[in-house]
Amino acid sequence: MFVAPEIDYLALLPLIVVFAGGLIGCLLEGFLKRQQRVSAQLWLTIGTLVVALVTLIWVARDNQGITAAGAVTVDGPTLMIQGLLLVLSILGVLVMSERLGGTTPDAFTQSGVSVPGSAEEADAVRLGGTTTEIYPLTLLAIGGMMLFPAANDLILMFIALEILSLPLYILSGLARRRRLLSQEAALKYFLLGAFSSAFFLFGAVLLYGYSGSMRLDVIAEAIGTQTGMDGLLIPGILLLATGLLFKVGAVPFHSWTPDVYQGAPTPVTGFMAACTKVAAFGAMLRLFYVGVEAARLDWQPILAVVAAITMVVGAVVSIVQTDIKRILAYSSIAHAGFILTGLLAMEQVGASSTMFYLAAYGFMTVPAFALVALVRSAGSEATHVNQWSGLGKRSPWMAAAFSFLLLAFAGIPLTSGFTGKFAVFAAAIANDYAWLAVIGVLASAVTAYIYFKVIVTLYFGETRTDTVVVTPSALTTFAVVCGVLVTLGLGVAPAPVLDLAANAAQFLR
Amino acid sequence: MSDMPWLTILLAVPALGALALVLMPRGFARSREFALGVSLVTLAIALFVGLEFIVGNGHVQLQETYSWIPQFGVSFALGVDGIALSMILLSVILVPICLIAAWDDVPSDGTRRQQGYVAWILLLEAMMIGVFAATDVFLFYVFFEAMLVPVYFLIGQYGGPERAAAATKFLLYSLLGGLIMLVAVIGLYVAGPGGSEGFLLENLTGLEIGGVTEKLLFLGFFIAFAIKAPMFPVHTWLPQAATEARPSTAVLLVGVLDKVGTFGMLRYCLQLFPEASKWATPLVLVLAVISIIYGALLAIGQKDMMRLIAFTSISHFGFIVLGIFAMTTISQTGSTLYMVNHGFTTAALFLIAGMLIARRGSRNIADYGGWQRVTPVIAGTLLVAGLSGLALPGLNAFVSEFMVIVGTFQRYPAAAVLGATGVILAALYILLWYQKIATGPKPENLSTTRDMTVREKFVVVPLIGALLVLGFYPKPVIDMLEPAVTITLQHVGVTDPAPATSADGSEG
Repeated sequence: MFVAPEIDYLALLPLIVVFAGGLIGCLLEGFLKRQQRVSAQLWLTIGTLVVALVTLIWVARDNQGITAAGAVTVDGPTLMIQGLLLVLSILGVLVMSERLGGTTPDAFTQSGVSVPGSAEEADAVRLGGTTTEIYPLTLLAIGGMMLFPAANDLILMFIALEILSLPLYILSGLARRRRLLSQEAALKYFLLGAFSSAFFLFGAVLLYGYSGSMRLDVIAEAIGTQTGMDGLLIPGILLLATGLLFKVGAVPFHSWTPDVYQGAPTPVTGFMAACTKVAAFGAMLRLFYVGVEAARLDWQPILAVVAAITMVVGAVVSIVQTDIKRILAYSSIAHAGFILTGLLAMEQVGASSTMFYLAAYGFMTVPAFALVALVRSAGSEATHVNQWSGLGKRSPWMAAAFSFLLLAFAGIPLTSGFTGKFAVFAAAIANDYAWLAVIGVLASAVTAYIYFKVIVTLYFGETRTDTVVVTPSALTTFAVVCGVLVTLGLGVAPAPVLDLAANAAQFLR
Repeated sequence: MSDMPWLTILLAVPALGALALVLMPRGFARSREFALGVSLVTLAIALFVGLEFIVGNGHVQLQETYSWIPQFGVSFALGVDGIALSMILLSVILVPICLIAAWDDVPSDGTRRQQGYVAWILLLEAMMIGVFAATDVFLFYVFFEAMLVPVYFLIGQYGGPERAAAATKFLLYSLLGGLIMLVAVIGLYVAGPGGSEGFLLENLTGLEIGGVTEKLLFLGFFIAFAIKAPMFPVHTWLPQAATEARPSTAVLLVGVLDKVGTFGMLRYCLQLFPEASKWATPLVLVLAVISIIYGALLAIGQKDMMRLIAFTSISHFGFIVLGIFAMTTISQTGSTLYMVNHGFTTAALFLIAGMLIARRGSRNIADYGGWQRVTPVIAGTLLVAGLSGLALPGLNAFVSEFMVIVGTFQRYPAAAVLGATGVILAALYILLWYQKIATGPKPENLSTTRDMTVREKFVVVPLIGALLVLGFYPKPVIDMLEPAVTITLQHVGVTDPAPATSADGSEG
């Protein structure tokens, strides 16, 4: 006999709002005229995200619990991660809408399916086709991201993983300029992402075989009582970890990151870099802290090695990069290592420092990529470091904002980057991972070299005249200013957010 | 009045001045005057703080403690003892002098570039006050690292032709040291009592950590300070940075910022890790003596006068470290006094050298000769500053060098004797330099070169005055330093060796 599960709709309201917004967006694509779509989609998306945030704060917070037949958990970490995702996506969507003086979001192609340089594409450009499908795609991706850390069931986690990934694969391929690079990035992301999903699914199956359930709480219980099945447990955990480590771009599953970051439209890169990382680390926290915590002696050393290698590879390889987007990509790899260091500390401080770092990283990443999109040469983005030479003199505010964000990436005190690094390293040292913190600071020193090399180019380089910085629209300006202010605020007065993260670090089991 | 948070105000004034300069509209042509005004206000507040300070008391005074990031155990805690106050006074006196000296370095065209230069200097001043006044280890670390940013831009944006490389090298050395210290800072918190005020210096003093942990934590701090100080063998960033920087930047860099290294050794290494400090003393003394002799030898061979001054500083920092780790009251008092004296002496040397360079357009010593006849006032002041550098009695450096050597001799005679050779070498490099620059026949085609201008006199007079006053009457400064040194030595738990007479008494 089938019994319908009790579903606490109020707890799920933010998710429902976001998915509903995404579906309405799809309908609008079909029914609205071209000229109306741009503003309608933009305001629908922003409105949806704001409403979701409001419901998250006013409704979902008071309805915490495990619901939907144990498949979804709404608890402190879920709410913290979801709230962070919503705020970051608002900024991300604002950046995506940058028109660069034209009438359509300029980073995106009018016709994603066409072959670059083909007659179809020329037609699409001539007709001034709009690129509004990015908005519903983004909303659906955000919905998947919000579901990811809330999933208390491996099947649901897998579904969330796919919901968040598929729109991102498409978005990566929509760059207007350098179409081939973009399509290659999308294909690469899709193929490798499909592999990692398969690993994840295989891991889930092994854990099902071990415990007889996909639910994390049942698996957690089984680890204490089940004996003689360790041959399923540890491979299962590691395969699940593979899927998640791929999403955060940890070594050795990082090789897609630089290519996809470089090929994707820059605003998408910013959104993807910030939000995917937040969602995937949220899911990781739930898997490792709730599901398989009891087996930590088996997986913790392996993950520690992964963290160490990730920091070292991300830092060392970034040195030889000459493309700003690739530099930021390798920096995101190194940052994934730093965040893993915090996650490994376990206990409450591990979760709270991880979430704080995610907030810090997200708020510097979105504006950083937004600024990258503004620097242009002959109509397309100028992402080679040399093309940025001397921008400090000609575009002082842009250069100052980008340099400040680079200081935050480098972890200089009085920026959020420093507070975040301090939080994760302190958590690691207090929990017997001092060696990981030492590797972390050495890697930080290495990454600082490349960040300061960019600052050198910006300020001390010869001025070039062929590179221009486009005056951003009010939307992008708002997003960048917000990001910079949060980056400064989390460096100067981080106490309230640290409190928030600490209070939100209790998992429901 | 004494309830006012004076130290916070002292720190806030230059910081707000820098912020105001950044926010000012383009075309504001009076940014130099504005910055000078702010730095003079800061100086006045600092002098007032000096009056509030009780000189005979070696403890940390004028304390302010506010909760900042309780989750990390971090407080915004300021306070000064005699050593910290003397360093702060040195900073706030040198900043207006440097601003006047740099008056013509950046054109007064009201561009961002000029506003930026003076704004960075004011921000740096705020950070310097903060780093010396912090009584919370985390806060100290924050200032220690954040200070790199203004210096990086001051060198990299406004320096000589090789400035970008010099700035990057400076930054990477300092950042690496700082990050190693970060691990030690966190480790110290874990080893300490923890809690919401777990980084306060007073809560961390007197911990009994012991063993390998203490040695590792000590090394974490010491490496960072040795790079900053700069000690052999991690000094290599300094000559390049000092050469490429503008003279004013070089003064703040070598005269004040590098003192954070030796200040940190006193305040953090000795006070927090006494056992490990004693354990490391032999090695540190060897490195200090090498720094003294090596720096002096390289200074003798220098052809570039900015590099020459940089190498003399490496030698002088060797003396300071020697006195700190000899751990007698006299040697440490001498070292702290030397920190003040070296600031003024180096400032005078760099700024007067800068005046010569501005006139001749070359840093190369061989391009000069006979300038005594061209610019007698500049040459004369250079001689006075140089004689202070070689520690002529009657000038400031003599007192401190003498105290360091005498104090060191009480415990480590061999180190004192070897170190004293540095004094002889100092005579060599200073006098040779002066001889090559100022003596000889009058150079041709230089008859139009102006001697010291009124603005430059404003720069030089206070500096020469300080050299003379501190040379003839150092007592007020020593009175301020000695009680703090005594307390530091109490933390370490060493007493002065018995005076030679009574120790030798039994032998006859």
